[in-house]
Amino acid sequence: MTIPLRLDSRKAARSEPDLVQRPVAIAIDHVSKKYGDLDVLKDCSMTVRRAEVVVVCGPSGSGKSTLLKCVNGLEGFQAGAITVAGTSVGDRRTDLTKLRSQIGMVFQHFELYPHLTVLQNITLAPIRVLGRAKSEAIDKAMSLLRRVGLADKAGCYPGQLSGGQQQRAAIARALAMDPIAMLFDEPTSALDPETISEVLDVMTELARDGMTMMVVTHEMGFARHVADRVVFMDGGCILEEAPAEAFFAQPSTERARSFLSKILRQQ
Amino acid sequence: MGGIDLDLIAATAPFLWDGLCTSFQLLLLAMAGGISLGAILAVVRIAGPKPLAALAATYVNGLRSIPLIMVILWFYLLMPLATGRPIGAFTSALVAFTIFEAAYYSEIIRAGIQSVSKQQLAAATASGLSQLQAYRFVVLPQAFRKMTPILLSQSIALFQDTSLVYVVGLRDFMTAVSVTANREGHLVAFYLFAALVYFVLCCTGAQSVQLLKKSMVSQ
Amino acid sequence: MIYHWDWSVPISAPYLGWLMSGLAWTLLVAGAAWVIAFVLGAAIGILRTLPHRGARMIGAVYVTVFRSVPLLLQLFLWYFVVPELLPASVAHWIKRDLPLPEYWTSVIGLGLFTAARIAEQFRAGIQAVGRGQSMAAAASGLTLLQSYRYVLLPVAARYVLPPLTSEFLNVVKNSSLALTIGLLELTGQSRQIEGVTFHGIEAFTAATLIYVALTLTAIAAMRAIERVVAIPGLMARV
Repeated sequence: MTIPLRLDSRKAARSEPDLVQRPVAIAIDHVSKKYGDLDVLKDCSMTVRRAEVVVVCGPSGSGKSTLLKCVNGLEGFQAGAITVAGTSVGDRRTDLTKLRSQIGMVFQHFELYPHLTVLQNITLAPIRVLGRAKSEAIDKAMSLLRRVGLADKAGCYPGQLSGGQQQRAAIARALAMDPIAMLFDEPTSALDPETISEVLDVMTELARDGMTMMVVTHEMGFARHVADRVVFMDGGCILEEAPAEAFFAQPSTERARSFLSKILRQQ
Repeated sequence: MGGIDLDLIAATAPFLWDGLCTSFQLLLLAMAGGISLGAILAVVRIAGPKPLAALAATYVNGLRSIPLIMVILWFYLLMPLATGRPIGAFTSALVAFTIFEAAYYSEIIRAGIQSVSKQQLAAATASGLSQLQAYRFVVLPQAFRKMTPILLSQSIALFQDTSLVYVVGLRDFMTAVSVTANREGHLVAFYLFAALVYFVLCCTGAQSVQLLKKSMVSQ
Repeated sequence: MIYHWDWSVPISAPYLGWLMSGLAWTLLVAGAAWVIAFVLGAAIGILRTLPHRGARMIGAVYVTVFRSVPLLLQLFLWYFVVPELLPASVAHWIKRDLPLPEYWTSVIGLGLFTAARIAEQFRAGIQAVGRGQSMAAAASGLTLLQSYRYVLLPVAARYVLPPLTSEFLNVVKNSSLALTIGLLELTGQSRQIEGVTFHGIEAFTAATLIYVALTLTAIAAMRAIERVVAIPGLMARV
């Protein structure tokens, strides 16, 4: 387990009843998706409220990454509805480009643009999509880089950074758009064990600052200590959705129990 | 004007068919010769003594930097001088294609062998196989799988290239079509017909290579 | 057979002039065909990677058609067949008023043929950049156009440089086919010298050496460009 215990402090600030009062940021409503004959998602429903951190976990191939990519329309779906801040993702009339510019996304393999410096990676979308002035975009990028501890790497190319540094830069890139919510797609799966914690620290910091986060991850330490709620998926279905404490204390399905015992033994 | 006159093409069919057979003869013989010579060149470049490897590299790079037509003309000129007696356009073209295509085949074979990771060779020798056995039983079978579709694609290109024997007047399919078209005064019909024949043959070939590739991946 | 060597043939008047004129035509055909091939090839290669099925189909059909017919026959089709199939007025203009018909036919034929090959290189280059990169670009709100302009193409362009070097050399070599429709480029001129002087070996040697020199120059130039545009830290991935 790579998570330092000080992460606990984050959740002391909020309590369950407080969360229920918050407006819904992401609403996934009876979503189903097929690739040909294969059911990838079956009738999935869940919500992420504003300033809430929801971890989605489950075995590989359970559909969790696909569900995450449906939220900003990178993957389509055949049935159901997803609304982000009141905008319907599946609606043909929705300007997906605009919606995506409001949702930050962090990928398993970072996907920094290799031909651009770290700074250029961060300022590209603010300048080209939001039309921000270059100087303003650079100022913001530099302050974000300080926040993730990479101010000295602004002029480096991604290929010159370690995996952990690349992922922190990718988080800064997503934050530069002032997103209303952040999606994390297995952000630590491709990292060397020793750099995982530096990325999780940045994510924990972000959660503490009140960012709305939907996180697909196998890091159960992060889920237990930082997440408000945990969603468990298997075979394209959402099998469980519970407050983090409850999920770890007593999973209600047998599959979640066996998943947890396996993954906790590994970690 | 225009339109493909089927009767005319039917009347000239035997002559065109002979041409097509010549094209295929050139293809198959040059393929066999080119791949054999190419394999030797590739092995020499990978495992041969330094001076020999350098010589093979010069051969490959040198031939790859001159046009095929030039090579065909060279051999058409040199073969009779070298042998001291007139030699047919077919033989000189066949030698030219073999020598020329070997350079391209050898690059494909070399890339195929090198695409098998060094760890595979290490793993094989670690398990007690000799260097030769490791190549024979572990590296080459994998390399062969990877390079077969590319060798076949190159052979489709070679088939198209056989049309260049036109410059030495050898009666392959292309030349036969050209001769007939000019004799009958129907350039449009005959050239369109030839395009259709080449298109169907090459497309079928390319599709088959694709299928082979897929079946090899799924195995 | 006795061969009378005379190595002064390719470097004496008028034959040296013939060879130089041949070299000039080779470069003119290859250069103009390259422009067509590069622009059209890049466009078709991009078409083949777009998320629209129709666009991909158009690109695939172009590539299949132009790769399945020998270049020699394609030149004949452009030279002998296409003018006959065009409206009479256009055909008349091509036959009567088009200056240098052999040249322009060679350029068009070679350009369109090579475009199909370059399209494949671009398609492979763009696909090598990876689906993750286009997803990342889309996720940050870039439009499709922007993601090609700022993310996919700059990286893909670096991937395709080495294969484009060999395609450029192919254009130079393939320009020799222009001799079949009567354009006396380098190979054609060397054959003409052979026909006039019977010193084929000397003439062919000269032409061959010029081709080798062209190849070496092109390779050196491309290596220099590759060094200039190399992305720090990315070499391992290529």
